[in-house]
Amino acid sequence: MRIPIAALIGLILTTCYFVVAIFAPLLAPYGMAEVVGGVWEPSSEQFLLGTDNIGRDLLSRMIYGGRTTIFIATAATILSFTTGAVLGFSAAVLGGWPDQLLSRFIDLLMSIPTLIFALVVLSVMPVTVPMLILVMGLLDSTRVFRLARAVAVDINVMDYVEAAKLRGEGYRWIIFREILPNALSPLVAEMGLRFIFMVLFVSTLSFLGLGVQPPQADWGGIVKENADGIVYGIGAALYPAVAIATLAISVNLVADWILNRTTSLKGGRG
Amino acid sequence: MSPIVTLLAQRISLGLLLLFLVSILIFVGTIILPGDVAQSILGQSATPEALANLRRDLGLNDPPLTRYIDWATGVLHGDLGTALTSGQDIAESLGSRFRNTLFLAFWAAIIAVPLAVFLGLLAVRYRDRWPDKLISAVTLASISLPEFLIGYLLMFFLGVKLRLFPSTAIGYRADADVFTRLEAIALPVAVLTLVVLAHMMRMTRAAILNVMQSAYIETAELKGLTTFRVIWKHAFPNSIAPIVNVVMLNLAYLVVGVVVVEVVFVYPGMGQYLVDHVSKRDVPVVQACGLIFAAVYIGLNMLADVISILANPRLRHPK
Repeated sequence: MRIPIAALIGLILTTCYFVVAIFAPLLAPYGMAEVVGGVWEPSSEQFLLGTDNIGRDLLSRMIYGGRTTIFIATAATILSFTTGAVLGFSAAVLGGWPDQLLSRFIDLLMSIPTLIFALVVLSVMPVTVPMLILVMGLLDSTRVFRLARAVAVDINVMDYVEAAKLRGEGYRWIIFREILPNALSPLVAEMGLRFIFMVLFVSTLSFLGLGVQPPQADWGGIVKENADGIVYGIGAALYPAVAIATLAISVNLVADWILNRTTSLKGGRG
Repeated sequence: MSPIVTLLAQRISLGLLLLFLVSILIFVGTIILPGDVAQSILGQSATPEALANLRRDLGLNDPPLTRYIDWATGVLHGDLGTALTSGQDIAESLGSRFRNTLFLAFWAAIIAVPLAVFLGLLAVRYRDRWPDKLISAVTLASISLPEFLIGYLLMFFLGVKLRLFPSTAIGYRADADVFTRLEAIALPVAVLTLVVLAHMMRMTRAAILNVMQSAYIETAELKGLTTFRVIWKHAFPNSIAPIVNVVMLNLAYLVVGVVVVEVVFVYPGMGQYLVDHVSKRDVPVVQACGLIFAAVYIGLNMLADVISILANPRLRHPK
């Protein structure tokens, strides 16, 4: 199998990000919350990216921040996919009123902008990492549900599914052994896009002060902490932009490649 | 009754039903979830008596249905309740902020919509050549960054380094003359434009390309019309409905983008008001803002459907 150059670059960069995220404590030159220098020192040999608003090493903050952001985004994506795919497949296979009920409820959830609904929920919930993952994952599973249901409806009328139904297999067999393997590739491509959306989403929440709480580092939080420097011409708050953009573009390249190889199905953003 | 009227009536009543259900969802979301409002306001060290008093004052002891009905009738009469943290009337504080937000979103839409449609047409005209590729690349880049970072990038380079525009909208006054106001919101508008432009352009391109594959387009091409004329005279009128849909969806998206952009540029609009009160856990304000944002969002989606029903030639001339 030949991998196109763009997808290869994407794959390598994505892997790098995950490796850095996993081995953050070994790679970061200083501790996450360790104050090591003055406020907003420029980059030097000692501090490659300079220091942040209270004198912590920015490179270390970025590495630990990436770990938090990528971890939350990954966990939320997995939650969103498990919930969305299982419900979507079930709706397609069961049909009838369970399908109607689920689909209309999902329509209702999707008629409120995700960010607004997340803000409403977070106004009464404790803002902790598991809660963030839960809220983000469940809200986003609506989109996965739509895609999974659409794909599964097409597969559900295939001869081999009919055959399985006629042999008397139960719903569990049909969903996991007949539909899942055949619906996997569009879902995997979509997974990349959902993952990026999660990275953007958790960064936005943290930036608004409703995501990861300090002193824990994360990319959105780093922007928030260093935003005051912008008007003095200090660009410390812009490093996460580079990190998020390269991660998002790499994942996009990989997802595009998977998608082009398989099918033309694609879900939306936002 | 003509089929258009029936369809429109159906669509509008569906929108209203949706709004009603959403109001329930927002209300339920803020009361049934395990968080305790009284505890959040008073903090962990509050005495049980203080908590009980506050719960009674807030009406938290009433059954949920009663509270929902009270709230919903209030909203229908324009009474959004009072903010827990400041004790101010919410409708009053929201009024001017809502106008500010509309002002910002309006200008972003005025700039973004024609630009996106034009660039979408351009991308179709030069399909698979450099303008198309450039547009795709910019799209990819701009959907890879969250709104607030695009905001800070513009603020840093255009506002602080080049000093072209004021870097925050903190000096925005609603009573200043239009040019001063426009100057203050130049950067926020630019960010919002960038955010929706990419998506809108891509979807416009897809919508027109879809129409371009029809048989009558081939006929037009075969009779020797120039590419631009084919697009303008034949493809464009038939892609109005999908394009309107794209535009409305993105305007709805703008409503959300506004929240973040207002926080970035310290603009006195509704989004900032909402975010402030979410961190203060001021539930009535959050409910009110959430409902208004959702209403605008649903309204725009409904409008998109209505316009595409009206623009559909097949429905306009029933056989």
